Amino acid sequence: MTKRFALGIFEDEDVLLHAVENVREAGVKIYEVFSPFPIHGIDDALGIERSRLPIAAFFFGLTGLAFALWLQIYTLGFDWPMIIGGKPHIALPAFIPVAFELTVLFCCHGMVITFYTISNLYPRWKTPVLDVRSTDDKFVMAIEVNENTDMNKLTQILRENGASEVNQKEMSKF
Amino acid sequence: MQHVSPVREPLVTGGKTYHDVTQDVCRQVEAAPNIRWMAALSVALLLLGVFFYSVYRTLWYGIGEWGLNKTIGWAWDITNFVWWVGIGHAGTLISAVLLLFRQKWRTSINRAAEAMTIFAVICAAMFPVLHMGRPWLAYWVFPLQNTFGSLWVNFNSPLLWDVFAISTYFTVSLVFWYTGLVPDFATIRDRAKGPIAKVAYSLLSMGWKGSAKHWSRYETVSLILAGVSTPLVLSVHTIVSMDFATSVVPGWHTTIFPPYFVAGAIFSGFAMVLTLMLITRVVFKLEDYITIEHIALMNKIMMVTGSIVGVAYITEFFIAWYSQVEYESYAFINRATGPYWWAYAAMMTCNVITPQLVWFRKVRYSIPLTFILSIIVNIGMWFERFVIIVTSLHRDYLPSSWAMFSPTIIDIGIYVGTIGLFFTLFLLFAKFFPVINMAEVKSVLKYTVDNGPTYTGHDPHHAPQPVTTHGVPASAPVNYDKHD
Repeated sequence: MTKRFALGIFEDEDVLLHAVENVREAGVKIYEVFSPFPIHGIDDALGIERSRLPIAAFFFGLTGLAFALWLQIYTLGFDWPMIIGGKPHIALPAFIPVAFELTVLFCCHGMVITFYTISNLYPRWKTPVLDVRSTDDKFVMAIEVNENTDMNKLTQILRENGASEVNQKEMSKF
Repeated sequence: MQHVSPVREPLVTGGKTYHDVTQDVCRQVEAAPNIRWMAALSVALLLLGVFFYSVYRTLWYGIGEWGLNKTIGWAWDITNFVWWVGIGHAGTLISAVLLLFRQKWRTSINRAAEAMTIFAVICAAMFPVLHMGRPWLAYWVFPLQNTFGSLWVNFNSPLLWDVFAISTYFTVSLVFWYTGLVPDFATIRDRAKGPIAKVAYSLLSMGWKGSAKHWSRYETVSLILAGVSTPLVLSVHTIVSMDFATSVVPGWHTTIFPPYFVAGAIFSGFAMVLTLMLITRVVFKLEDYITIEHIALMNKIMMVTGSIVGVAYITEFFIAWYSQVEYESYAFINRATGPYWWAYAAMMTCNVITPQLVWFRKVRYSIPLTFILSIIVNIGMWFERFVIIVTSLHRDYLPSSWAMFSPTIIDIGIYVGTIGLFFTLFLLFAKFFPVINMAEVKSVLKYTVDNGPTYTGHDPHHAPQPVTTHGVPASAPVNYDKHD
């Protein structure tokens, strides 16, 4: 399905940040904002909810810890108990390093895999972008439009809020 | 739109705009390889050849090719292992610990330092694996039932803790580094002209578009990774030190080993970062990003950790006397005055005296002196590990089994070879990957540009006029120093 976008190009992130607030106040729905680096405060301006990735990371870490303790206690304590250095079979202090490392391992990889999955990031042969300058030095505000949109009014709103250019672009599969 | 701090030195000099950052960093990725890079790579590949030859000899003829003997079962291999792992620590320290402390200056050095970490850990891993003698059975270190019978690995052994620590450290550093690289790969992808570059960087960039939602999650992921990597980096060298500290060998059985090793690791790591950065900034003309201030700050960290190491040396000596343990005292007197006195002297001079020179501002801000100091520290830290390992082992409880260690040509070949491996990887990274984190540098650019409070540079007739909406001038200057 082909989608049409009006693109407001901004030169500066502070101008963009105010523009996002004003454009939303004017009742225009912003499809997405593309920027070459993270802009502080844009989450609130766009109404993006706080990510729940830290919660996921915590539970991944907990899984790692539980797995590490089970592995060490089961193998050395129950499956094949051995006396090593006169210590008890289940020598918990000696299990701390591996338990810590596996907690970190599960936490990091679980969180990073979750991040790539929910963000739909995976290697692809071609990556279509709305404006190639948005990974260089321009800040792009994309607004989805259709034949009923009053382009003149939209252009005026974007211009008034500091957009240096207003373009239109059609994208299939975006 | 920029604020120039009257107090702070700028992080990036030369009045760069966002586009300049992209240009300066992408330049060497897009240009044809220059002659100096080719020459450096040739030398590195030659050393890599030495590595492969030495490894071939080790695998074909066995560990007997090394200079080890019955008394000294660990020597250059473990020395090199600890040396390389230690060097790796600076990368994580810069990317994780300095991120948590909100040290913005780290943005222009973290990418290369993290790359250094990963390559150093690869080099380090070669030594324990080769020392196994039969590296094709290296998977036995993982918790599989031994030879698929019923016996498990021994979780009480620090050598097994090392397996978990190093593999966690390597993989976590790798994903941390790669996740940071994704937005910069997207920048290169969108500039790419050639068909191969387009496809290659499109694959590498994972379809990154820089949308606000992705950036928000990206920042969350970076922060959590930094938070988790901080105790991780401390744990890794702690566990490496436990390889020695949990044994009962005089000179190794010391409770101060974990903090002492961690400080030593950061010390040697920063020395290596300085060595690499001082070359990189000149070769790729990145003097405006890796400024003299960066070098001075790294020098300060080197001085602090170097002093901690110095205090640890003195403490060890004091405790050897104070403990009244005859063997412990002998181990230390033998270190300083025995047949390996020259290694001890080299360690003390390089690691205790040299970092103290950094107290002088002139030294801290001098590029040639910093370069020489960083090399001396790298040498000194190699000797530290040699002193700890070989001089503690060579005279044990039984004088009849006392021995000396001398490296064979294969020992030297593997060590020099890993340096070749390291530089091969680093040079390939420096050519095909962005050596500076463009996205992060752009995000700190605004309040660091030193050319006066002007609008970020683009053609004046294209500049949008500041508009006032809801009483807020869009271009209101933001005073970032208020929060200091």
